[in-house]
Amino acid sequence: MKNEQFNNRDISNEYFKVDIEDYPTDPWGKFTRVVKRTFRGELFVGLWVVMREMIKFDTHTISYPMEKMPIGPRYRAVHEMKRLWESDTERCIGCGLCEKICISNCIRMDTKIDEHSRKEVSEYTINLGRCIFCGYCAEVCPELAITHGGEYENASEQREHFIDYAGMLTPLDKMKAGTQKEFEGFGAITPHEDERVKKTPLAY
Amino acid sequence: METAYLIETVIKIVVVLLVFSALAGIGTYFERKILAFMQRRLGPMNVGPYGLLQVAADGVKLFTKEDIIPTNVVAPIFKIAPVITAATAFMAAAAIPFLPSFTIFGYEVHPIVADINIGILYILGIMGVGLYGPLLGGMASANKFALISAARGAAVFISYEVVTGLSILAPIMMVGSLSLIDFNEYQAGGITEWIIWTQPVAFILFWIAAFAETGRTPFHLIANDHEIIDGFGTEYSGMRWGLFFIGEYANMFFISFVIPLLFLGGYGDGSLLGALGLLAKMAFFFFFFLWTRAAWPDVRPDQLMWLCWKVLMPIAVLNILITAIVLM
Repeated sequence: MKNEQFNNRDISNEYFKVDIEDYPTDPWGKFTRVVKRTFRGELFVGLWVVMREMIKFDTHTISYPMEKMPIGPRYRAVHEMKRLWESDTERCIGCGLCEKICISNCIRMDTKIDEHSRKEVSEYTINLGRCIFCGYCAEVCPELAITHGGEYENASEQREHFIDYAGMLTPLDKMKAGTQKEFEGFGAITPHEDERVKKTPLAY
Repeated sequence: METAYLIETVIKIVVVLLVFSALAGIGTYFERKILAFMQRRLGPMNVGPYGLLQVAADGVKLFTKEDIIPTNVVAPIFKIAPVITAATAFMAAAAIPFLPSFTIFGYEVHPIVADINIGILYILGIMGVGLYGPLLGGMASANKFALISAARGAAVFISYEVVTGLSILAPIMMVGSLSLIDFNEYQAGGITEWIIWTQPVAFILFWIAAFAETGRTPFHLIANDHEIIDGFGTEYSGMRWGLFFIGEYANMFFISFVIPLLFLGGYGDGSLLGALGLLAKMAFFFFFFLWTRAAWPDVRPDQLMWLCWKVLMPIAVLNILITAIVLM
């Protein structure tokens, strides 16, 4: 698509004037206008429109707590931490990129070296009172570990209910059932990514 | 006065009161449901099956709410105003034959509280008195919106009452009686004898005036929510407001009975079919009140007065003249 059609601001040939009759000044003109409007039957058009909608019975109401709208995969609600499909361990490698990129400074993490000499996340909190749900953390994460979920019902007795690391991690039983959902938002792998992977050129 | 007659009348009054108080409540349910369906919503759904118990929930809420008498209102008038609306609405029902007379346990019952010989005049008069509810309530409320509503009420009342009276005069001249039972007997011969065929203009005029009489949507300007909050009802709460509400809906039901009795043959020859026919006609007119509320916009007070004085009243006078010439 080219930009020209949007850059063209000359719309003089598309404008047209709505045909509005002159306001009647003499009594006879006013009288004929009233008669014309009276017998044009516009009121019955209105009656028919609402009756038609009632007969069609095509209600748009969603009785919310019982049924919910399907939510887009790129919706950015409360964060989730994903696990690896192969080993059920956490994907987070403690690189700290999300903490660094967070523009509202709401992510704090602490890491340590564990017994296998691997970096391990010891503390990880998101202050949801500050979070603006911009999605930068999910975008920057190299391991697709921190993502946004679809849980938008954020009412709770305490903010802390949402921010502890264990709560954000995919539960193990869900992992076992294989029902962990991948984040499809910005920063995620596009579909059929495997087919597009090229071999690393080694023949230097 | 016989004791039996006295007992019968008291029972009739109690039945009419109970049935139409309940109907007024259920009327709000119908209104909310039908408006919702016409606007592609569901309406009340959560209290009871299909929201049927919503009426009971609203009733409990209205009855148990605190009775607030605001500062600066004229307390006695403020308190009596809703009673006037509700009471006059039910008083008007005294002269309406709701069903043809039937026999129960070998006793003939006339389902009309009092067949007085000035029936329709009495009904219109009492319904006119009903205007004092909004008028006094609005003026006593110490509230600008309520005052505007009261002023509008008075202006509208004078306008449409002229049309009501004049439009009904032509059928009265034809029937030669003011009793609704006589009206019914006049049209008992079947659908071809209905007064609507001889007096279509009077029918349309009376129907239009009925909308102003009950304050329903094209002429809902006495309590127009989007202009003057709830008008005369702004300062009211709890059961006092509920009485206004019951009065309004009872009025709608009664006028829906009166229109078919006057113009559409009423209960016909008095058979069961005729009785069901009257109820069906009543249901249609009640439904039409709700239908127009979903479909039509409101008019301004000056437009209503223009309509009543400059259009409807001359037509009504012409209608009377032509009827008189034809009858001579």
